[in-house]
Amino acid sequence: MKVTVLYFASLREALGTAREELELPDDIATLVALRAHLHARGGAFASALAPNRAVRAAVNQDMVRGDCAIKVGDEIAFFPPVTGG
Amino acid sequence: MTIRVQTQDFDVSAEIAALRSGNANVGAIATFVGTVRDLNEGSGVATMTLEHYPGMTERALEKIVAAAKERFDIFGVTVIHRVGELKPQDQIVLVVVTSAHRGESFKACEFVMDYLKTEAPFWKKEATPQGERWVESRASDDLAAARWKS
Repeated sequence: MKVTVLYFASLREALGTAREELELPDDIATLVALRAHLHARGGAFASALAPNRAVRAAVNQDMVRGDCAIKVGDEIAFFPPVTGG
Repeated sequence: MTIRVQTQDFDVSAEIAALRSGNANVGAIATFVGTVRDLNEGSGVATMTLEHYPGMTERALEKIVAAAKERFDIFGVTVIHRVGELKPQDQIVLVVVTSAHRGESFKACEFVMDYLKTEAPFWKKEATPQGERWVESRASDDLAAARWKS
């Protein structure tokens, strides 16, 4: 399954990438599974997406608290807690 | 509703005039302007750079304003948020709300800001004498937004 993953702010800097097109294995079908899949890459991904790090996510530009299903063509973003205003 | 995310500055008087124009039912206009401070967490701030998520940011602001219109008896809302590099004293964000009486405008203005702080994807990075640092989110902002849920 192909999805687009975006990273913002400190997460983008730590990972050295803003966007990637990913072909996910069949068993990665939820947001939580995707985060674990990326975390398992090790290196900067392991530290930036460690379970104890506050990372927020959006699927197709809607903020998601907790978990949700992801599907082909989704735009999934990971970012730190927001600090606008 | 008017929602804009832009690099350029905004003119508060012009935005108020535009929002109230032609509506003689408006009896109250509440305005909030957020500005860049030269000190944060004990360090001098030379510049502040704001990043956003194009598309989602505008969408998040639209949802917040729609929720405010649902909840409060208000006429119009303008939200303008700047992005890019800003300096101390620069304007960052503007919220203008019009209503018949002041209570609804005051409350809606605060509601929009409280949710903007926790739901709209913006991130601030400060340049200080010690180097660059990303601004950390504050638990007090989450509590401020949570108040509206009760």
